[in-house]
Amino acid sequence: MTRAWNGFNITSVVLGFAFLYIPIVLLIVYSFNASKLVTVWAGFSTKWYAEAFANEALVNAGWVTLRVAFISATVATVLGTMAAMVLTRLTRFRGRFLFSGMIYAPLVMPEVITGLSLLLLFVSIGMDRGITTVILAHITFSMCFVAVVVQARLAGFDRSLEEAALDLGATPAKAFFTVTLPLIAPAVFAGWMLAFTLSLDDLVIAQFNSGPGATTLPMKIFSQVRLGVTPEINAVCTILVAAVALGVIVASLSIKRQEVRRQRAEQLAQQTS
Amino acid sequence: MSRAITNRVIVWLPYIWLLIFFLAPFVLVGKISLSEPAIAQPPYRPTFDWADGVAGWWGALKAFSIANYTFLTEDALYWKSYLSSLQIAAIATLITLAIGYPLALGMARAPRSLRPVLLMLVILPFWTSFLIRVYAWIGILKKEGLLNQLLLSLGLISEPLTLLNTNIAVYIGIVYSYLPFMVLPLYANLEKQDHTLLEAAADLGASRIKAFWTITWPLSLPGVIAGSFLVFIPAVGEFVIPSLLGGSDTLMIGRVMYDEFFQNRDWPVSSAVAIVLLMILIVPIMLFQRSEARAREQAK
Repeated sequence: MTRAWNGFNITSVVLGFAFLYIPIVLLIVYSFNASKLVTVWAGFSTKWYAEAFANEALVNAGWVTLRVAFISATVATVLGTMAAMVLTRLTRFRGRFLFSGMIYAPLVMPEVITGLSLLLLFVSIGMDRGITTVILAHITFSMCFVAVVVQARLAGFDRSLEEAALDLGATPAKAFFTVTLPLIAPAVFAGWMLAFTLSLDDLVIAQFNSGPGATTLPMKIFSQVRLGVTPEINAVCTILVAAVALGVIVASLSIKRQEVRRQRAEQLAQQTS
Repeated sequence: MSRAITNRVIVWLPYIWLLIFFLAPFVLVGKISLSEPAIAQPPYRPTFDWADGVAGWWGALKAFSIANYTFLTEDALYWKSYLSSLQIAAIATLITLAIGYPLALGMARAPRSLRPVLLMLVILPFWTSFLIRVYAWIGILKKEGLLNQLLLSLGLISEPLTLLNTNIAVYIGIVYSYLPFMVLPLYANLEKQDHTLLEAAADLGASRIKAFWTITWPLSLPGVIAGSFLVFIPAVGEFVIPSLLGGSDTLMIGRVMYDEFFQNRDWPVSSAVAIVLLMILIVPIMLFQRSEARAREQAK
């Protein structure tokens, strides 16, 4: 008897995925609905996409969101990679316990608490709320996710390569950029992607820390959804879902290809030595 | 750049960042939760001024008031919200487990070539927007929504059901949004299990169901625990799901705190609500970290 994939297993997988995907599929299908009534099908139409792009407030919110996500993901990746290096390499320094606590805590912290606490900080130092405060807030929580992703990669990392570079006279910085970074690049990139989508997605923290002129897309969607479901919002959501899904699939395929290539190169190196 | 300096920079940069933007804000929340509300901008009266020096600190300590906390115990709204958040999160976690376990088991027993695709399919919703996934349910659950249309056309019901803005919708929202968090640790655990144990059980005459309860289930407990915490902890403080899918009678503390802050503009009370929520969650968070640490030890 092998591990039988029996009828019960197949049914639960099919039902499970149906549950996960049907709501999103329905959302996408109804974004192409000609009727204004979201739940009555009246033929195929792309007019809601045209209307969404003609809605200046929505488009502006889209640009704000992309800008926030790009800047915060990039800074968070730099800080998070540093934090991952600290967690895996420097096992002993004063305050390490506090440091690792501060990295892991934001991962499970309820967003309302993170949002509120950062807002109180910005108010108390007299910083006006706006796009900068949203970016600072997003960097703070997403750098912890980056640190965890990169750390997993660094934990299984062969340090002898880096030591060889140092022995051959490379400065630590040079050894990092020419040896370590290329090897951990897939994880760093995955961390960036995660930080980017976290920022793209965040509503609660942005709601607390944003000010006039810095309305992000999730904030805009949220305020409109409270007034009811509209086909225009369905269209915006479909664009977001499609963009993220495409990004994730392309990224994971390219990481996979890189991984295979690296393994092949390592095998080759072992055979020739 | 010498090695020592490089090390110092890579430690201090993220460290200082987190001290300023993560730890300091919590100290502030604690401090403001002890001050009095005021009609001003910002809407609280600081109990002390950083500029006052040591004398100011001493005066401030005396001026601290726990009025906001006693207020929380006096007004039934708050403790009811805490209790109902814990209850909703716990029930939703159990439902998520009941749906997630068979799914993870089915994935783990799928043909090896199919597994990466199935795994990808579970991770993909995790990357797509949380808000959008919750929003998608509004169109399904509302009175003239798709679910009611389907049930009516099948003749199963004669009148549309009220689903949106009820606790049922909140449960559906939590289960749907957090299902991948449950499935991923369960799958990781079930996929690694040694299936020769099941063969031995079958050879010795155990039925499939008995083999499951005596072998598969006990071995999968670490995955069950990890998945349950990953669903339960964020669900307690959830804001988006109760405010979009819940009704006016759905009491969840994340939403109460949000309204306290944005509608009543009572910053000290919402800070106190946050501190108490943190105290409640610190126990499951520590338990979760401990079980994770134990799992890492065993993996070595």
